[in-house]
Amino acid sequence: MPGLAGRMSTVIKAKVSKMLDRAEDPGETLDYGYQKQVELLQNVKKGIADVVTSKKRLQMQSSKLEQQVVKLDTQARQALSQGNEELARTALERKTLAQTELQSLDTQIKELEAQQEQLTANEQKLRQKIEQFRTKKEVIKAQYSAAEAQVKISEAANGVGEQMADLGLAIQRAEDKTETMRARASAVEELEAAGTFDDLTQLGGGEDDIDRQLRELTSGAQVDDELAKMKAELGSGGGDSPALEEGDKEGSA
Amino acid sequence: MIVRISGEGQYRLPDGDADRLNELDNRAVSAVEDGDETGFKELWSQMLELVASDGNGLDDDELLESDVILPPRDISFEEAKGEFSGDGLIPD
Repeated sequence: MPGLAGRMSTVIKAKVSKMLDRAEDPGETLDYGYQKQVELLQNVKKGIADVVTSKKRLQMQSSKLEQQVVKLDTQARQALSQGNEELARTALERKTLAQTELQSLDTQIKELEAQQEQLTANEQKLRQKIEQFRTKKEVIKAQYSAAEAQVKISEAANGVGEQMADLGLAIQRAEDKTETMRARASAVEELEAAGTFDDLTQLGGGEDDIDRQLRELTSGAQVDDELAKMKAELGSGGGDSPALEEGDKEGSA
Repeated sequence: MIVRISGEGQYRLPDGDADRLNELDNRAVSAVEDGDETGFKELWSQMLELVASDGNGLDDDELLESDVILPPRDISFEEAKGEFSGDGLIPD
């Protein structure tokens, strides 16, 4: 089994058999094997806890992005009411980018939640297998000769070892995934922080690198639409936003 | 034969399925080598389908090693390049 999952379990199996060969007395080996499994189960629990922590960090990043979307929207409105359409456009471009990122982040957080549930379910399964091993080892000790016992032990220990290795792999995969998501979200955060919006006047100047990048990343049409809508709402487009009044009449009829 | 789907669990399949699984495995390797993502996805779902239709989940008190370990169900094409190479999951 040259695959990753296969390789991983081969490594664990090798470790298990090494461990099993060490003790002369099968009874002793069994007790040691069981003890080792319980120890490793703690690592598994810690691994799952790490995934949960990573998920929480992503959720924090998500709420930060949410705040950013609100902030950029406000700033676009402010800029527009001051008659600075270029600035409003830039703010809306950034808002669009933040929104897109937010959506993808939220989707991935949901996926991660599902993975976390599966990891927890599998941990429960592993715990049961280890419990079975504990029962089985007493039976093996009582019923088999040393030579037979050795075979039975290997079989059972490898079965548990494989289960454990597989869960370890799933945890690793979930961790890798959160890392990728985190890196992406941080990059967007940095991109936006670089053109600090705390001081609107800073953006008064010409187009900088960040703006060019943003323009490439965001959909121009979406920004145009939003800008037009915002103009209508603010009544800065010259009209008295008649569409809105129409809607009101219909709504009250 | 005992088959594990990584991240899910172990299943017992009739030994006769080994050839079919091996055939799909070999074809999946070819698809990956050809960079044929659609072809790979199709073969991969057939492999999972075979386990789902013919396999019975192992009981918790059965402590057995798997004969074949399949990668996680949601394996990406990128990840598949590492798994489905050479002899594939099942050595000939």
